[in-house]
Amino acid sequence: MIASRGPAWPDALRTLPVALIGSALVLPVLAVLASWLDWDAGGADVLAAMVRHVLPECLWTTIVIVLPVAIGVAAIGAATAASVALLDFPGRRVFEWALLLPMAMPAYVVAYAYTDFLQYAGPLQEWLRAATGRSGRMLPEIRSVGGAVLVFTVTLYPYVYLLVRAALSERAAQLMDAARLLGAAPARRVREVALPLARPAIAAGVVLALMETMADFGVSSYFGVQTFTAAIYKSWLALDDRVTAARLATVLLAIVAVLVAIERRAQRRLRFAGPRGAAGSSAGTDARRHRPGPRGRALAFALCAAPVVLGFVLPAAILARLLAIDASTLPWARFAEWAGNSVRLGAIAAAAAVVLALALAFVARRWPSRSSVAVRELAGLGYAVPGAVIVVGLLLPVGWAQARWPGSGVGALVTATSLGLVWAYLVRFVAVALQSVGSGYTRIPANLDESARMLGVGAAALALRVHAPLLARSAAVAALLVFVDVVKELPATMVLRPFGSDTLAVVAYQLARDERLGEAALPAMALVLVGLLPLVLASRVLRSPQDRGPEDQ
Amino acid sequence: MKLLALLLPAALLAATPPARADDAVLNVYSARHYPSDEALYAGFTRATGIRLNRVESDDAGVLARLKAEGAASPADVILLVDAARLWRAQVDGLFLPVRSKVLETAVPAQFRAKPEADGATAWFGLSRRARIVVYDTSRVRRDEVDSYVKLADPRHKGRLCTRSGSHPYNLSLFGAMTEHLGPQKAEAWLKGLVDNMARPPRGGDTDQIRGVASGECAIAITNSYYLARMLSSARADERAMAERVGVVFPDQAGAGTHVNVAGGAVARHSRNVAGAVRFLEYLVGEEAQRHFATGNNEWPIVAGVRVDNPALRAMSGGDFKSEVLPVSVVGMNQVKVQQMLDRVGYR
Repeated sequence: MIASRGPAWPDALRTLPVALIGSALVLPVLAVLASWLDWDAGGADVLAAMVRHVLPECLWTTIVIVLPVAIGVAAIGAATAASVALLDFPGRRVFEWALLLPMAMPAYVVAYAYTDFLQYAGPLQEWLRAATGRSGRMLPEIRSVGGAVLVFTVTLYPYVYLLVRAALSERAAQLMDAARLLGAAPARRVREVALPLARPAIAAGVVLALMETMADFGVSSYFGVQTFTAAIYKSWLALDDRVTAARLATVLLAIVAVLVAIERRAQRRLRFAGPRGAAGSSAGTDARRHRPGPRGRALAFALCAAPVVLGFVLPAAILARLLAIDASTLPWARFAEWAGNSVRLGAIAAAAAVVLALALAFVARRWPSRSSVAVRELAGLGYAVPGAVIVVGLLLPVGWAQARWPGSGVGALVTATSLGLVWAYLVRFVAVALQSVGSGYTRIPANLDESARMLGVGAAALALRVHAPLLARSAAVAALLVFVDVVKELPATMVLRPFGSDTLAVVAYQLARDERLGEAALPAMALVLVGLLPLVLASRVLRSPQDRGPEDQ
Repeated sequence: MKLLALLLPAALLAATPPARADDAVLNVYSARHYPSDEALYAGFTRATGIRLNRVESDDAGVLARLKAEGAASPADVILLVDAARLWRAQVDGLFLPVRSKVLETAVPAQFRAKPEADGATAWFGLSRRARIVVYDTSRVRRDEVDSYVKLADPRHKGRLCTRSGSHPYNLSLFGAMTEHLGPQKAEAWLKGLVDNMARPPRGGDTDQIRGVASGECAIAITNSYYLARMLSSARADERAMAERVGVVFPDQAGAGTHVNVAGGAVARHSRNVAGAVRFLEYLVGEEAQRHFATGNNEWPIVAGVRVDNPALRAMSGGDFKSEVLPVSVVGMNQVKVQQMLDRVGYR
């Protein structure tokens, strides 16, 4: 894909394929932006009414949710990652992978589970009323802004955990060891070595979690929380006004663009501040983890156990209970089919997303031009756009093309094959892969490229022989993140999937939407199990060399 | 490595069989999402030998997809679960109006699209669901809630629970009320509902019923089939909850209870119009109509179909008076209603 060598090639030609791919990724976002061009008085009225009555509350609610979630996922993700990577305490090896479990839990499934269990009419409050002999409300309402913050925090902190742990286990062990040998106290080692190392990863993880939060519809609609996305959906579904929906989405995009810019600045600063030349060379070191006292060990244990319980064990137990009391009528035989569809779509999208992300990131690094960087940045925005808005942004131009060239069949090509669906997945989730690959690239010092170039290494060799080995972990993480996201993805899958390719997420959602939570628990559990597989796999890939047995080394 | 990674998705994509136009196959886009419908579709294939390809989504998803596919759409039949959406799709030209003696005789005029100039009809209602009121019998008297208007009475302050006002089921009810009361009175009525809320709207209809059963709310609005499903649930606790609440079909003395329809149509660009009409005709047949009642607790659209559903009978006492507004007028009020909801703060 990338021209191997030959200085005769102009840069523009080299980057052309990537520019084309980038355009395909950016097209739905551009279609959203283009909605502003189609301006008429009626649209202005609808928009004005919305700005007056809906927008202020949406903005406020979004802020009130986003800020605590940001703080929550950063604190939980970083603290657990640091504990697991740097401390020695009972259960550490289990927590290493168990802390990832909530990733397998779609936020909407956790919301359904908690609601069923904690609501006014749920078993816990009924039991509390019976036990205390009192009546009325026994617990705060779960379907509220606070409840949404809880659900997002416990399901999204693994983004931070995963990236911080990868960052720490690649370099921190060696540097922490050096600091220890130089006599630095543990607190100082964490503050002055681990934290600066982890900061780009924390920033990247928080941005991912916030994008996910802002794109959410499942939780906020079920909880009746008026977020920005809720307003977008309202204008699309209730008013059947996709243009207004697209315009509101533009505002959301602007917010996300600001977020991404902040995150990029933090990362750039860190690349210069960070020590050079230490990347990816932790192999062979024998860093010993710090073993705190009994109180510290108990604290570390509790710190790691709490998010696992809240984000996975408890909701899974509630689902299991629903399954147990509601013997389902669902055909078990079809599960293999649903799970197969989920895995197939997840694998296609993950492979494609990682390849695209590597290509985009490489081109932006090797031939940094305004356009290649812009394509990368714009493609990165897709993640924050609600799935259904991407569907609109994708179907609008396709519909236009179909109307323009009726004989082409382009309209059916997009929905009758998996093409449109994978396209939508890529628009949304290449950002995820880019985040991970990008943070991997940040840890490859720029002078490595310069050395390679001075030794006459061409672009292809630079990508394959120099970068690829150093990016293997980041790429694995990227593939994993995309796979799990695709398996959980709903709105685009609902609209764009071809005949006969129901996925676990679609079936679970259809049943939950039909208010059959007991039956939905079955595919939801299967969904969780499918999501678990790559997590186990990734945990092995991620494990740092010193964790492996001596035979591995 | 990279090359392999690129080829793999291409190979997997190619493995997905494209949908072909074929007399023995019908492509159905459906917003129905009820597992019990499987038996319905199987019955059609058994009777005719025509296989059904299905994609299920919500109403908006189905419509968005159709609009994008345009003339290339493989869809033959479209099933939607809300009259307002059916009307919307008709206006957007997504349906192919057809003539069918069977459908025109079976489906009352009120529950299908107004005939076109050439006498063809764009869509047909297939089953009915009533928007009913459940209440706490210890706190509310039946005659205090036996009309929709009474729900806004200030005496009910802090008692009412509903799902989001923007949900199609509520939008259709409010659209009908706007037709009955006129926009000004309707907005005042909506304001009254908001003032009477026991808590902000959230959850689905089943949650509202559970809210009444557990004492959180005293009055709730729900679609009839959710209550019927709870009444015939395999779970004892669900049955107990459903039996605890009082049921009233509002406006029996007035305009009649608000009824919405699930309906079907032939897709504008269907390549198998005859098969599509045949499928719709099957759906208004005796067997299918009875299935709507037994399988999903809906009322048949066809008059005189015997309903063997104890839950439906227990709720309604056999039959009820439904409003005679043409269901398509609620569709025209949707945008107006949503803006009213935004103004009065009905989420």
